[in-house]
Amino acid sequence: MDALLDILGLTEAARLLSLSPPGWGMNLLRGLVNSLQIAFGAFGMGLVIGLFGAYGKLYGGPVLRDLLAIYTTVIRAVPELVLILILYYVGTDLINKAATMLGHGRVEISGVVAGIWVLGIVQGAYATEVLRGAIQAVPAGQIEAARVFGMPPFMLMRRVTIPAMMSFAIPGLANLWLIATKDTALLAIVGFNELTLETRQAAASTRAYFTFFLAAGALYLIVTLCSGVVFGRVEKWARRGQPSLREARR
Amino acid sequence: MSSTTSAPGDPAQAGQQDIAIEIEDLHKSFGPLEVLKGVSLSARKGDVVAIIGGSGSGKSTLLRCINFLDTPNWGKISVGGEQIVLRADGTPANRRQIERIRTRLGMVFQAFNLWTHRTLLENVIEVPVHVLKIPKADAIAQARVLLDRVGLGDKTDTFPAYLSGGQQQRSAIARALAVNPEVMLFDEPTSALDPELVGEVLTVIRDLAAEGRTMLLVTHEMKFAREVATHVVYLFEGRIEEQGPPEEVFGNPKSERLKQFLQSIH
Ligand SMILES: Nc1ncnc2c1ncn2[C@@H]1O[C@H](COP(=O)(O)OP(=O)(O)O)[C@@H](O)[C@H]1O
Ligand SMILES: [Mg+2]
Repeated sequence: MDALLDILGLTEAARLLSLSPPGWGMNLLRGLVNSLQIAFGAFGMGLVIGLFGAYGKLYGGPVLRDLLAIYTTVIRAVPELVLILILYYVGTDLINKAATMLGHGRVEISGVVAGIWVLGIVQGAYATEVLRGAIQAVPAGQIEAARVFGMPPFMLMRRVTIPAMMSFAIPGLANLWLIATKDTALLAIVGFNELTLETRQAAASTRAYFTFFLAAGALYLIVTLCSGVVFGRVEKWARRGQPSLREARR
Repeated sequence: MSSTTSAPGDPAQAGQQDIAIEIEDLHKSFGPLEVLKGVSLSARKGDVVAIIGGSGSGKSTLLRCINFLDTPNWGKISVGGEQIVLRADGTPANRRQIERIRTRLGMVFQAFNLWTHRTLLENVIEVPVHVLKIPKADAIAQARVLLDRVGLGDKTDTFPAYLSGGQQQRSAIARALAVNPEVMLFDEPTSALDPELVGEVLTVIRDLAAEGRTMLLVTHEMKFAREVATHVVYLFEGRIEEQGPPEEVFGNPKSERLKQFLQSIH
């Protein structure tokens, strides 16, 4: 093994990336775990916001619809980096002001929680549009069939609308998840120790920029590939009962 | 009760407890378009009421108002003697009452409207298990019997998209029967089918008629209507133009419009 690395000229890289000190591998992995935590949280929060947003846009009153239109338009118009700065600093500032008013003194806001909130709000705007489109793509007859047999609204959403819209929503949601994993890198700017910041610190300390950024790139790629497999399975499940285009052509 | 003219449809001549469904002076507009202009109709238990009429005469709207898929503007509807409580503008006062009444009606749509992400068996047990809260094992056993009855006992685990239109419509009938409805509502159940598939669906409906199911049947199959109906209603531009026993309506139509309509069909 060592001989092989030697021939390939990778001995130095292996030493730098080693999981035990003085290697920086553990730092990178810790960064990856933080990034994934935030991506998971933000994606989940985005789904919840998106579901409410989509239903609000489709069935809500005029005031709610206007508010949601402002939300999705503004969030999707402003660059994410700017949003993160605004939401992070304004958010923490507001929380601290509220805390002082209630006599608590300054509160320490965990980077993960802040990251989830900030990216979750961004994801929610996109998810609202993805899910709205998917809900509208459900054939009206299937919803009517549920109503006509006395299904109350919430059960109808759970048993019919959501399962039926899944196949339309999954490709868009898979995109959103991948964007979430990569948007975590933007949190480096507010000093959160996710993968990109850890990589930059390791690279700066060792001057091995190429090695570390290549390694980080590989980690992001692995995440993407694994996500692809998972979403492939989920999509297959969501599309159950629908003949594939290839079958249909026969 | 302006348009009720003959005995079988006249609630006054039927014992109250025999009435399966009763509609009185039903009005429905879509914006400026008045689609139903005061329709009164009733069916006793075991009646098969065929509703015929030209395209756009309001047949679908009538059925859809009965289970409040469309909200009537005015009128009275009662199912099995229970009158649906309406506000002044026709909207139902009590959502739960509507939901309860809906479970007592079995609707079959022109376009089948099966849930495509569920197998036939799952389609049939969906409402019994989740709305009526019947134990799942019982619902499955009953669903198998029903699917067997409509000739699909070997397709229980198939998804609707893999079936012919006739098979889908027969499953939809099984799904409607699974709630053991007091009244079955059919909205042109064979209009979306290829001609060679119409027969298999009509056979199922004929069986239901023979076992005494109460049905409101919107159809363009005049021969079939004549054969199974106990009462025929001809709808023209949102009003009942003529009604009566099938021999009368088909054999000796009085209204000019009905005569023309029957000729145009053949
Ligand atoms: N949701 C709706 N909005 C507006 N107009 C409608 C709607 N549903 C039906 N209509 C109109 O009402 C009339 C009667 O429709 P329908 O009851 O479907 O007729 P039928 O089933 O007898 O062919 C038609 O002119 C149709 O265009
Ligand atoms: Mg119609």
